[in-house]
Amino acid sequence: MGIFTRGFTGRAREQNPNLPPGQFLTEGFPVLSAGPTPRIDTATWEFTISTGAGAVQRWNWDEFMALPSEEIATDIHCVTRWSKLGTTWRGVSLDTLFAGVETTNEYTMVHSYGGYTTNVPLEDLTGGKAWVAFEFDGEPLAPEHGGPARLLVPHLYFWKSAKWVRGIETTSDDDPGFWEQNGYHLYGDPWREQRYS
Amino acid sequence: MTHLDGNALAGALAELFLGDMTLATGTCAGCGDEAELARAMVYADAPGLVVRCSRCGDVLMTVVRSPADTRVSMPGITILTLLR
Ligand SMILES: [Zn+2]
Repeated sequence: MGIFTRGFTGRAREQNPNLPPGQFLTEGFPVLSAGPTPRIDTATWEFTISTGAGAVQRWNWDEFMALPSEEIATDIHCVTRWSKLGTTWRGVSLDTLFAGVETTNEYTMVHSYGGYTTNVPLEDLTGGKAWVAFEFDGEPLAPEHGGPARLLVPHLYFWKSAKWVRGIETTSDDDPGFWEQNGYHLYGDPWREQRYS
Repeated sequence: MTHLDGNALAGALAELFLGDMTLATGTCAGCGDEAELARAMVYADAPGLVVRCSRCGDVLMTVVRSPADTRVSMPGITILTLLR
């Protein structure tokens, strides 16, 4: 950081450097949803990755739970202006899930139980930046927070971290998902305050 | 065939949008149900308002308010009817 004036340090102390512009801290975990909470039985749950020519990878719950998982400590930022710092999750890295997938597509559409969709560039899902999470704070992920499993892409606004995720489809174009079609930003970087389209 | 420009819509649309829109009947693109918007299910704890058909649950309409504008999308309404 180097040289700064006294006035500048004063401001820096007031503003949490982990808080993106226009965001406020919350200690709770607000529940946001575009529809009713689906109740998904892990006995019928499945997760697929497709590249446009049908499902190329498919996991049932037992197969998914047998994959290597990791603990993720991260901050999350909702476009409705709350941020929650230092959250802890457990999930399977999308690098693991995409390991056997060959595609020239550069974008993805994420699909959820209940019909929700969101678009994320493939390079934002790989390279240790995204997970399919199944635990929050050491407990199984509650249905209202997206359980049994949700996408976790914490470097983008949280509407991209689709609850009740059931599959990811790679696409050649960056087609808009649900909120992206209805007024929200196609990419959604909280540090650049990309809220609206 | 000649056509008018969009200004010709002003009278007809003012008639519609100056009324109480919740009294308008929306025809659901998913199931064909016709119901007043006031009877729909609204999910408000979300980045915008999500209006769903009370019969089939499909999304009829969304309303996103930014500091600069209000964006209304009606992906699930085929006909909007408001009595004069
Ligand atoms: Zn319907």
